[in-house]
Amino acid sequence: MEPLLTVSSLSVNYGELAALKGLSFELFAGDWLMLVGPNGAGKSTLVNALSRGVDYSGDILWKGQNIKTLSPKELARHIGVLSQNHAVGYAFSVYTVVSMGRYAWSGGLLSRGDKDKSAAIERALELTGLTGMEDRPVNQLSGGELQRVFLAQVLAQDPDTLLLDEPTNHLDLVYQKQIFSLIGQWLEQPGKAVISVVHDLSLARAFGSRAILLNDGGQAAAGSPEEVFAPEILNRVYSMDVAEWMRVLLSSWK
Amino acid sequence: MRSKSCFTPFLYLLLFAAMLVTAALCVCLGSVNVALSDILAVLFRGGEGVDDGTCSIIRSVRLPRVICVAEVGAALSLCGAAMQGLLKNPLADGSTLGVSTGASLGAALSIAFGITLPGLPFSGTMVMASLFAFLSLLIILALAFRLDHSLSTNTIILIGIIWSMFVSSILSLIVTFASDRLKAITFWTMGSLSGSSYQNALILLVVLAVGSLILLRLANELNAFAIGEDNARSVGVNVRRVRLAVLITVSVMIGVCVSVGGSIAFVGLVTPHIIRMITGPDHRKLLPCSLFGGAIFLLLADLTARMILRPLELNVGVVTSFVGAILFVYIYFKTRRNR
Repeated sequence: MEPLLTVSSLSVNYGELAALKGLSFELFAGDWLMLVGPNGAGKSTLVNALSRGVDYSGDILWKGQNIKTLSPKELARHIGVLSQNHAVGYAFSVYTVVSMGRYAWSGGLLSRGDKDKSAAIERALELTGLTGMEDRPVNQLSGGELQRVFLAQVLAQDPDTLLLDEPTNHLDLVYQKQIFSLIGQWLEQPGKAVISVVHDLSLARAFGSRAILLNDGGQAAAGSPEEVFAPEILNRVYSMDVAEWMRVLLSSWK
Repeated sequence: MRSKSCFTPFLYLLLFAAMLVTAALCVCLGSVNVALSDILAVLFRGGEGVDDGTCSIIRSVRLPRVICVAEVGAALSLCGAAMQGLLKNPLADGSTLGVSTGASLGAALSIAFGITLPGLPFSGTMVMASLFAFLSLLIILALAFRLDHSLSTNTIILIGIIWSMFVSSILSLIVTFASDRLKAITFWTMGSLSGSSYQNALILLVVLAVGSLILLRLANELNAFAIGEDNARSVGVNVRRVRLAVLITVSVMIGVCVSVGGSIAFVGLVTPHIIRMITGPDHRKLLPCSLFGGAIFLLLADLTARMILRPLELNVGVVTSFVGAILFVYIYFKTRRNR
């Protein structure tokens, strides 16, 4: 099977600082790849490089084609990003922000318009529980509501690969559960894949089909969640007994 | 599509009518008042039944001035709205960023050193003003980016002010040494449209038409930038190309406005802010409405400048700066409270 995404020797430097040091991996349809690692390991940088938000060296190929040769709209139809920080300065309506997700599907001057636009937006609003809030100004929403607005936007965008940087960061447990199961359903469509950055190792273990553990800009481990989350690897990267801490947390519920 | 769009054509019509009424008022009022019937006679019946003095006031003084004022107002306000979207910063404007001052320097340099394009005697100032406007924007944004990658409101405004002061000092120097050639320094720092001609009006019209066409076509992309540049990139906007197109268009428009009327401050700040209260932040409505709104605002400011100390005339920039500075403080506090 041809991989959707092939990343080879990917490096990113911020001035003197090497944020990513020669990372290589492949992503196949149906994969839910979890990126985990301590703060500053390079997880968000990887997301930025994949969406061409930062300059990088090495190659990122989409179905064998270098993403640098794709137009921004083509790239957006293949890879959609949900990033962490959203501060919208102006009072755009929820609907306007979500409908921006269809930008990549809008044609030029002479082509037909995007005929799936309304349906895609309505579906995205419904999936994220935003139906009825279309006219609310986004600068008056809570952090969690805003996160759902941008999730709805990227769902309306309907890319082949979703890049999620801490998708449930601002959300309470109800939405955390809903959104992870929602992404799971989305992934059941043919030809789709998800890469998500998560801090919560339990979530990564429960939902991921594969995982990459990053440490200090390099790859500390990669493979199935069982392999990557082996105690000796985790303990070395996080410099603590991770499994023991998880058990302590869980035991408080008994 | 969502509802409420039937409201838009009505709004355009209303603004257009308001602009016409304001313009008529501005032609009527002045050191000598003129009857509306005389204006109509001059416009549509070749000045039949109007005495020569009144006819010439209307034809060669009031009309070209009013047309130029409306065009400059529309252009500056459109530029302000576009920059506020692009930079996601409600305080961005040619004057707050120091772009107008940069354009003034370019225009003054070309006059002082007699830089012109062969065959087009008038174009040297406009090209130099546009070029310096663009250079100013690049310098300000590059400096701001080096200081603070997120290009926050405070950084950009601070650098704009420093840049303005720096350029003003060079400008003063040039005007002092070349005072015989250059109009008074107040023209370049405060702006005035008292010497407008039909030639100016025609050039402004062409620049305004082309600039509006480009910016209005980028309205959706400006929405994406106003939501956030990273977000714009991830939904598929060609951020580099759009940014460059907007910056060049805005520079040329501001450059031409400055070379005609000097640096008129805050028009691009005041109008889009007021229009945004009516239309909301969507650039597909904000940009066209800002065109009309800017024309109305500058017409009223120019009228005030002419009338308030009659028969003395203030520079129009005095009026716009007075209103603009107060509103600037208001918006600044309001955006900070929202953080």
